[in-house]
Amino acid sequence: MIVDQSEFADALLNPDIAAPNGLVDPNGRPAGKRFDVHRNNVIFSLINAMQIAFPVVRKILGDNFFKAISATYVRNCPPKSPILMVYGEDFPAFLSEAQQTQHLPYLGDVARLELARRRSYHAADIPAIATEKLAYLSPEKLLKIKLTLSPMMQIVASDYPILSIWQMNMVQDFPQIDALGEVVMISRPGLDVEMHKLDAPTHVFLTQLKGKSLGDAYDAAVDIDMGFDLTQAIGLLLSQNIITKIIS
Amino acid sequence: MSQSAKALIVASAVAAALTAQTTSASAAGKEKCYGVALAGENGCSAGPGTSCAGTSHVDYQGNAWSLVDGGTCETIVLPSAADGTARTGSKTVLTRDIPA
Repeated sequence: MIVDQSEFADALLNPDIAAPNGLVDPNGRPAGKRFDVHRNNVIFSLINAMQIAFPVVRKILGDNFFKAISATYVRNCPPKSPILMVYGEDFPAFLSEAQQTQHLPYLGDVARLELARRRSYHAADIPAIATEKLAYLSPEKLLKIKLTLSPMMQIVASDYPILSIWQMNMVQDFPQIDALGEVVMISRPGLDVEMHKLDAPTHVFLTQLKGKSLGDAYDAAVDIDMGFDLTQAIGLLLSQNIITKIIS
Repeated sequence: MSQSAKALIVASAVAAALTAQTTSASAAGKEKCYGVALAGENGCSAGPGTSCAGTSHVDYQGNAWSLVDGGTCETIVLPSAADGTARTGSKTVLTRDIPA
């Protein structure tokens, strides 16, 4: 007896479709109930994964709302990879578009932050450069070098105070927040993920470093804000073990 | 701004950052330490698909880890094993205290 794979997959995600034809138990009888148990487990385990992956979104929405919207998400966007730790990639976009969450315009960006934290956590470990290497370069040379930044560094920029929202939900007694947009740099200098709020010029500087020389990235940052603190920005890159290579 | 003036600004900023870096460099945060976690209390908060946290079966299980302060792992004092062998934490996976 052969079961059609796409029929099986469709029924797996849609509880209203009958069990696929040809599915039988060891006694040769149709195995509808067994299939129901299986598809329930599939959806349940994916919702579980979503709960672990997006604790702050879950807290904002409340358990029941989160479970319901996750169930819709899981059925619309089933995993594309067997690796569950990367699941939920489309959830931020899904939340931004979903009718039910339009009253929480920041929710998609909070989900993006949670996703970026997970990406940072699971990013490959690449040793940072020995910091002295920067000290040996002449001032002229320094302007021209390019820096390779570790994949564990992630940046999420938002029109909403996403870092403060995250902290309000995860840190006890976190003070009230200002309704200003925030740019968050996520990094993992060792085993633990950290988050740092970036000012506008530092955000530009770090973004420009991907591809541009140190001198050009500095120019771009100063263009945004004359008060750009390069020492602090370099200090952040060094202390967070983000620079993995100097290309001269 | 002239190129050379800019070069000097960038160079001095880098130098200042390096100095700050070396003075604040301490025994970096935390380290993974094997063989020190009590049963069911091992670490692993890596999100879904990695449900290993809290799955160790015996106390001080050799292949389960906890995060401890950097540099302290191998000095953690543990009770000796039933047969009297001394136990210490390790930064690499251990073969002792593995449940059958």
